Amino acid sequence: MIGKTLLKILYFAWVRERTGLAEEDIALPENVTTVGDLIIHLKTKGPGYASAFENAGTIRAALDQAHVSHDTPLGNAREVAFFPPMTGG
Amino acid sequence: MIIPTKIAIRAEDFDQAAEIAALTESRTDVGAVATFTGICRSENGALTALELEHYPGMAEAEIARMAEEATSRWPLLGLTVIHRHGKIEAGGNIVLVVTTSSHRAAAFAAAEFLMDYLKTRAPFWKKEHFADGRTGGWVEAKDIDDTAAERWTVQPAAE
Repeated sequence: MIGKTLLKILYFAWVRERTGLAEEDIALPENVTTVGDLIIHLKTKGPGYASAFENAGTIRAALDQAHVSHDTPLGNAREVAFFPPMTGG
Repeated sequence: MIIPTKIAIRAEDFDQAAEIAALTESRTDVGAVATFTGICRSENGALTALELEHYPGMAEAEIARMAEEATSRWPLLGLTVIHRHGKIEAGGNIVLVVTTSSHRAAAFAAAEFLMDYLKTRAPFWKKEHFADGRTGGWVEAKDIDDTAAERWTVQPAAE
């Protein structure tokens, strides 16, 4: 039983609409170590993902519910979220 | 100092008067109350509602971090932030910030700081619903909001 740890990924707003998923659990490939690596990996999962992450630079990310930059290592995070720039208030 | 801090993310509307009273009743040290209410505009009748999506858990956590920073930067006596989610009709309330302090400067500044940070850091997204039945796109973030938030960034002391 080696079972890789699953990482929970959440998508919001138009990122959610384009991937077609609000959330999913994925097993991380070994070459994925940062948030940016994960985006590159997700882009290969289908046209919806490719569209969602087309302009990766505009996508915001959070690790365990705190904002992070794309070069942040995923480390032991349990939850990653991707979303457009925020428009609350 | 621990001050009364209320943070709520909810669908239900809020009552400004009741929220102000909650921070001012039964005490005589409050000399200033500043409130900000964000309301859904109809954009000259074109827009009927905004739908607010949020990231449950992170929304509360992020606003709590902002509240903590506001409390450390200004001598506040109390602070309330209520942000609604779900479908909000034109004319409806979206967000409420209430800050109290002994004097007005801290209350004004902290309320403005909290709103600027809410706009750019709290995980909420608005989708437009139009009068002709169309569901519009997602509201785009504005550079002007980033600029407003950046002015609160502490500049490193000059050498």
